[in-house]
Amino acid sequence: MKKILLPFLIGVISMVMVSCEYDNYEKPNARLYGNIVYQGEPINVKYNDVKLELWEPGWQLSNRIEVAVSPEGGYSALVFDGLYKLIIPSHQGPFRSIENAETNSDTILVQLKGNLNMDIEVEPYYMIRNNQFSVNGGVLTATFALEKIIKDVDAKDIEMIYLYMNKTKFVDSNYQIADAELAADGIADMNSISLSRTIPELVPAQDYFFARVGVKIAGVEDLLFSAVEKVNK
Amino acid sequence: MKKILYIAIIFAALGWGCDDESFLNKEPKNILLESQIWEDESTVLSIVADLYVRFPEFQTVNRWQEFTNFDEAFASSNGDYWRHKFSDYSYGSWGMWDYELIRHVNLFIEKCSLADELLLPSKTRFLAEARLLRAAYYFEMVKRMGGVPLIVESMQYDFSGDPTYLQHPRAKEHEVYDFILAELEDVKSDLPNDVNIKSRATQALDLAMQSRVALYAASIAKYGQNTPTVSLPGEEVGIPAQMADTYYKKALDAAEELLLEDSYSLYEKKENLSDNFAKLFQDKANNPEVIFVKDFLQSEDGAISNPWTLVNQPWSGAEDLEGGRLNPSLNLVQSFEKLDNTYETFQTVDDAGDYIFYDNPGDIFAGRDARLEGTVMIPGSKFKGKDLDIWAGFMLADGSVISGAYFGDSKLLPGKSVEEQVVGYDGPIDSREYSAQTGFYVRKHMDEATGSGQRGLKSSTWWVRYRLAEVYLNAAEAAFELGQPAKAAAHMNVVRKRAGLTIPLVASDINFDRIFNERRVELAFEGHQLWDMKRWRIAHKVWNGEKQELTNDPGKADAVQTRVFGLWPYKYYDPAGSENNGKYVFVEKLPAEVTQAHRFRLGNYYSEIGDGIINRNPLIIKNPNH
Repeated sequence: MKKILLPFLIGVISMVMVSCEYDNYEKPNARLYGNIVYQGEPINVKYNDVKLELWEPGWQLSNRIEVAVSPEGGYSALVFDGLYKLIIPSHQGPFRSIENAETNSDTILVQLKGNLNMDIEVEPYYMIRNNQFSVNGGVLTATFALEKIIKDVDAKDIEMIYLYMNKTKFVDSNYQIADAELAADGIADMNSISLSRTIPELVPAQDYFFARVGVKIAGVEDLLFSAVEKVNK
Repeated sequence: MKKILYIAIIFAALGWGCDDESFLNKEPKNILLESQIWEDESTVLSIVADLYVRFPEFQTVNRWQEFTNFDEAFASSNGDYWRHKFSDYSYGSWGMWDYELIRHVNLFIEKCSLADELLLPSKTRFLAEARLLRAAYYFEMVKRMGGVPLIVESMQYDFSGDPTYLQHPRAKEHEVYDFILAELEDVKSDLPNDVNIKSRATQALDLAMQSRVALYAASIAKYGQNTPTVSLPGEEVGIPAQMADTYYKKALDAAEELLLEDSYSLYEKKENLSDNFAKLFQDKANNPEVIFVKDFLQSEDGAISNPWTLVNQPWSGAEDLEGGRLNPSLNLVQSFEKLDNTYETFQTVDDAGDYIFYDNPGDIFAGRDARLEGTVMIPGSKFKGKDLDIWAGFMLADGSVISGAYFGDSKLLPGKSVEEQVVGYDGPIDSREYSAQTGFYVRKHMDEATGSGQRGLKSSTWWVRYRLAEVYLNAAEAAFELGQPAKAAAHMNVVRKRAGLTIPLVASDINFDRIFNERRVELAFEGHQLWDMKRWRIAHKVWNGEKQELTNDPGKADAVQTRVFGLWPYKYYDPAGSENNGKYVFVEKLPAEVTQAHRFRLGNYYSEIGDGIINRNPLIIKNPNH
């Protein structure tokens, strides 16, 4: 057994060494990253829900590179140097794109040479303002205001408000231990909306949890979220 | 000398081989030449049979899993729990872009038209069948993808290096529907009108298909207004609202033309209405309701036998080491009306919050639509003459539960000295595959013949694609949308009467929810749900991704149904004198394997057209929201 082990090992190692030479391509070197913002403020969304697309023109076949937006509104893609077209597909996100001056469309041209930090300014339908969480007698209450940003022909109504709680920092309809909802007709004053829900038992026990509110805008698929907040029980 | 001989032999051999032209032109014995095919009716029939076999299908008896993707059923099988553990349906789901199929049927039509040796009556019928199938293929594509390129002739590449002349843009969505309807109308008179032809095209199938196709187009035109973002500016997706009434009228006319036909009627041969409803899918002798099927034959050959009974048979009476996979959901079960035409959720507790005790496990389901027990095996019912054994355990007086981890597991009950069975041989047991994890097994399409549950035999039961009850419901829906609720009620009452709902609905009872629920209960597990939800544009509301409790409003079309629920019977154990000892209580239950809520996004209304297809043909534009 030992007799064959050594030649076998040498064989394996030499194969590994040899294949290194031929199989490896240069790795992508340019990182494009930033936030989706409104007036500098990141727009929070659901995990893996909103996606940007990068297209690199000039190739025979065109295939998109999908870039997911993080719950905090950030995005990041590791690609090769080159000229890219960045688009936010029209149905993505609780916002609309702002026309790009250079291309006269929602397409943004990105010339990558090394890393680039670029925030993308968009126009959300609403913004969540003055969001506060309070715990009283085992009940979590969220209070916040909604500011309507888009007031022209594209203006949209609120459909539903959700409150989500989870044990980790991922908080949305998929990742939650408890939720509450409020239909639009239950909102009297957009400047002071409140939603509450009994905090469920946390297993295994922990003395904090994470919470945020989501806003479903009528006719818009992706929810607008407040920033995730750590709340002490 | 020898050398010369060899050379002579070689020359002779070569010379002889090359000389004879007919040697190289021998007709092959292992394949048929085209000219041979088109001179014989039976060989042409085999090609037509191939076109029938390739009929595109999504939910069908060979693919029981696909019925568990939505809210009709739970998948009690280790390999399929993921169907309840994901949230977003992928944009590519249910897609179909099969121009190979279209090309083959186009080639068939072209070559069959030129086949002079084929005798006329059968040639006309073959051509009509092929054109009907091509229309059906396009219907399958348009309901998944929206408008697709309408290719009605086979295309030939000329090897010039420039294939652009083969690229065709997408037709408008309504153009595809119009093409299908025109083709169906055109070939109708060439098809036989014979109620005994079930697995080939007939005039009845033609009319039934017309009513379904027109109804789909009509509802997209009408309800597409509710989802304005699901459309394309070139109308490749989306049908103008003003076309709705024309299509509804077409659907109603086609349906009523077929309903006037004497030879077809609803299946009413058995006294017990539930048995009758179940038998309708099995009875192959003089079945007046069934219009078009895919036929099966009990056989060792998996390609021709129907596996549904094998994979779904109750575990307690299984003829092989599998079964029990498809578990109808409580969501579906509670949609069956009570006999007074009202809806009600199941009463598990009284007003004070105490359990209600039932003497028999089936009692809680009594007094409902007969189709419930024709579609679903409820606790306390029988299959193949054997009692089912569905109960989740013993519930003690303090509310605690004693149950087991295996089928028919035994444990020691308090106050006893011998272990006894504490859970049914059919479950329900969470996460145990083949047990009735919702508390129900499926009955529709189940074959009661002996041997149908054996791997080596399987079932002869056919898969019903079109039947008369759907045509009644098509007529009812079209009439309702055209503002004729009295007519809608009349058509619906025919179907409802067969189900034991003898109090007729009147015009004022008819609303969209009624139309919706009648299709839900009558056509459950027949492959209609997804397409219905899509054309009514309520899929994104019903499957909205929110983890909500089971609706208390059964029969409401847009109630949230993102997760499947079950209803578990427990035996009450209180030997210390309680009169309820041994009776049954019920608990609503979310199966443990259901961890996520389904979300149908706006981009799911029309399946994604892959980048590969667009790269090959840049004239194709993407579907909305992708």
